[in-house]
Amino acid sequence: MADTVLQVSGLSTDFVMKRGTVHAVRDVSFTVREREVLAIVGESGSGKSVAALSVMRLLQPPGRVTDGKVLYKGRDLLTLSHKEMRSIRGNHISMIFQEPMTSLNPVFTIEDQLVESIKTHMKLDSNAAVARAIDMLRLVGIPSPEKRIKDYPHQMSGGMRQRVMTAMALSCDPDLLIADEPTTALDVTIQAQILALLSELRDKIGMALILITHDLGVVAETADRVVVMYCGQVVEEASAAQLFDQPLHPYTLGLLESIPGMEDAESDGPLPMIPGMVPNPLNLPRGCAFAPRCSRREPRCSGGMPELTELGDGRKVRCFVAADMIAAEVMPRD
Amino acid sequence: MTEPLISIRGLSKHFTMARDLLGRTTSVLKAVDDFSLDIYPGETFGLVGESGCGKTTVGKLLVDLYRPTAGEIIYDGKDLTKLKPSERRAYCREIQLIFQDPYSSLNPRMTVGDIISEPIRVNRLIPPEKVDDRVGYLLNAVGLSANYRNRFPHEFSGGQRQRIGIARALAMEPKLIVCDEPVSALDVSIQAQVLNLLDQLSEEFGLTYLFIAHGLNVVKHVSDRVGVMYLGRLVELAPKRELYRNPLHPYTKALLSAIPVTNPAYRKERILLEGDVPSPIDPPPGCRFASRCYVKGTCGGCPCESETPELVEVSPEHWVACYLHSGPR
Repeated sequence: MADTVLQVSGLSTDFVMKRGTVHAVRDVSFTVREREVLAIVGESGSGKSVAALSVMRLLQPPGRVTDGKVLYKGRDLLTLSHKEMRSIRGNHISMIFQEPMTSLNPVFTIEDQLVESIKTHMKLDSNAAVARAIDMLRLVGIPSPEKRIKDYPHQMSGGMRQRVMTAMALSCDPDLLIADEPTTALDVTIQAQILALLSELRDKIGMALILITHDLGVVAETADRVVVMYCGQVVEEASAAQLFDQPLHPYTLGLLESIPGMEDAESDGPLPMIPGMVPNPLNLPRGCAFAPRCSRREPRCSGGMPELTELGDGRKVRCFVAADMIAAEVMPRD
Repeated sequence: MTEPLISIRGLSKHFTMARDLLGRTTSVLKAVDDFSLDIYPGETFGLVGESGCGKTTVGKLLVDLYRPTAGEIIYDGKDLTKLKPSERRAYCREIQLIFQDPYSSLNPRMTVGDIISEPIRVNRLIPPEKVDDRVGYLLNAVGLSANYRNRFPHEFSGGQRQRIGIARALAMEPKLIVCDEPVSALDVSIQAQVLNLLDQLSEEFGLTYLFIAHGLNVVKHVSDRVGVMYLGRLVELAPKRELYRNPLHPYTKALLSAIPVTNPAYRKERILLEGDVPSPIDPPPGCRFASRCYVKGTCGGCPCESETPELVEVSPEHWVACYLHSGPR
C-alpha cells in the first residue's frame, strides 16, 4: 500500500451570513495516497470546491472551518501558522483553478508570473528560475517555450493558459496537486489534451492529484478513486471501476444515467433524469438531503440522516436503502 | 421529399479586422464562410463545433442579429437577406432564439410575466385582455407554476431561468427556434430536464430546432441530423445514427473520441489533436483543418493545403468535406 499523502477527516466548513448559516461542508473525510488520482464529484453547491479551499486554507470570510483535521504527511494543516502554511502551498501542495482566463494576471508576462512563484518557493537565482520556467512550460507541452514565455496571458488561448497555470502549480515539485474543474472552461478536444497531460505528469513526476469536477466522464477517464458529494456531504466513495460498474447511491446512479453519453446512440426516448433541484442550503430537508429527489425514497429517509456506511474494499455509501440491499446481497447489477 | 422550412445558401459573415490608409480591407475574420444547409419542418438539426467555429454566428444570422456578407436565407419562398428591415420584422417572429446563459439573458428588473408578455404586446399577437392567460399557459407549458409571473429572475435557479427563456421564445409562436447551447451553463442533473422539455415542446407546438452545441454528446440525444463545423465551414453533415456510427471526417472522429466516456466497454482509442484551433483571421487556403489533421495527404496528391474541399455527398444524405472521401476533383 502506497503512503498516505493527505488525510482529511471530519472536515466541516460553515458560512455564517445574515440570513443564516450554510453548512457548506459537513463531516467530510477522504484520503489521497501517493500517485493516486482522487476525484471529488458533485454539482454546483455540493461543497466540493469549498472542501478544497478549506484544505488549502484559502477560504475567504465568512467561510470558516469549524471542525476536522487535514493531515498532510502527519502534520495538521489547520493548526499551522500562516507562515508555515505559505511554505506548504506551492512547495508541497498546489492548486489550479477553473478559470484559466481570470487566474493569470493580465498585466504581467508569463515569465514574470512563473519566475515570481519559482523564486518565492525555491532558492534559485534569476537565470536559473527562468530556465526552470522554460523547462516547466516544455513539460506541459507548450511549443517553443523560449518565445511564448514573453507573451502576456491575452496572447494565449484557453488551453494554453490552463497549461501555464499547470506549469506554475507544478514548478516547485508539489507532492499533491488539487485541480478544481481544470477543463470545464475548455473545448472538448483541448479538454482531452489537458486530461492526458495530467495523467502523464502523474506518471512522470509521481505526484498525487485531487481532481474536482462535475463531469463523470472526466472521472471515468482519469480517476483511481471517487468521492461523490451532495449538499456538503460525502454520499458515496468507491474505486472508479466499482463506481461505474455498480453505482450504489441513487444520486450517483441518477447522475450517471442523465449524462447524454455515447453508449445509447440508438435510443430515442426521453433522457432519464433526476427530478427537482438541489435544495436551498439555508433550508436543508430533514434526514437524507437527497430524499426529496430520490426514486428509492422510503419513509425512514426523511426521518433521520443515514450514516456513511463502510461496505468493505474501501466502498462507502450514505443511503439506508443501498446499505440494506448490499447487506442482503440483493443489489441489482445495472 | 418535403420542402425545407429554411434554406441557407452560401452564407458568409466576414468581419473586417484592419484597413489600410485608403480604407481598403487588409485583414478579414471569416466567421462563417460559404455555409449551406437545409432544415426540414419538424426536425432537430444539431450544429456542433468548438468555440470560434462560427456556430453562434450562424444562429445570429438566422435571427437577423447580424447581416450576412454574402449568401441567401430562403424562408417561405423569400430571401430574408434581401428584405428591407421593415419587411424582415414580420419573419423575425417566426424564428426565435434561446440563449446560452440564463443569467444574463433575462432582464433582472422585469418580472417573469413582463419578460414573457413583452414580445406578445409589442407584436400585438393577441388582444391585450388575453395576454395574462397566455402567459400563464406558457409558464405551465415549460413546467413552471403560473403564479411565478410576479417574481423576478433572481429568484430562480439556472434551470428555471432557462425555462423562462424558452417560454419567452414560445410566446412569439415561432416555427423555428435556434437553441444556442441552451444547457451548457446548467448542472448535469438539470441538463437532462431541459433537454427533455425541449423535446416535448417540439411535439406540442410543432417546432423545428437548430440546436447549437460544442459537444457531440449533447446533440446526440436530441438531434435528427447533425452538422459539424470547423472554422466557419461545415465539414460533415449526416443523419444522427450514420454520423455516430460511421464518422468520416478526421475532425468528427477526433471530436467523438474526445468525449469522456463513463462506460469502459465503450472506450475507444483516443485521437488527440495537436495544438489549438487556428485563428479565423486570414485563414490559409486549403482545408481549414489541415494544420491539425492527422491523415493529411495520406490519399496521395490531395490538395489539402492549397484548395478548400467541397462538401460532397458520399453516401445518401451523408456529406463530407474531405479529399480522403471525396477524392481530388
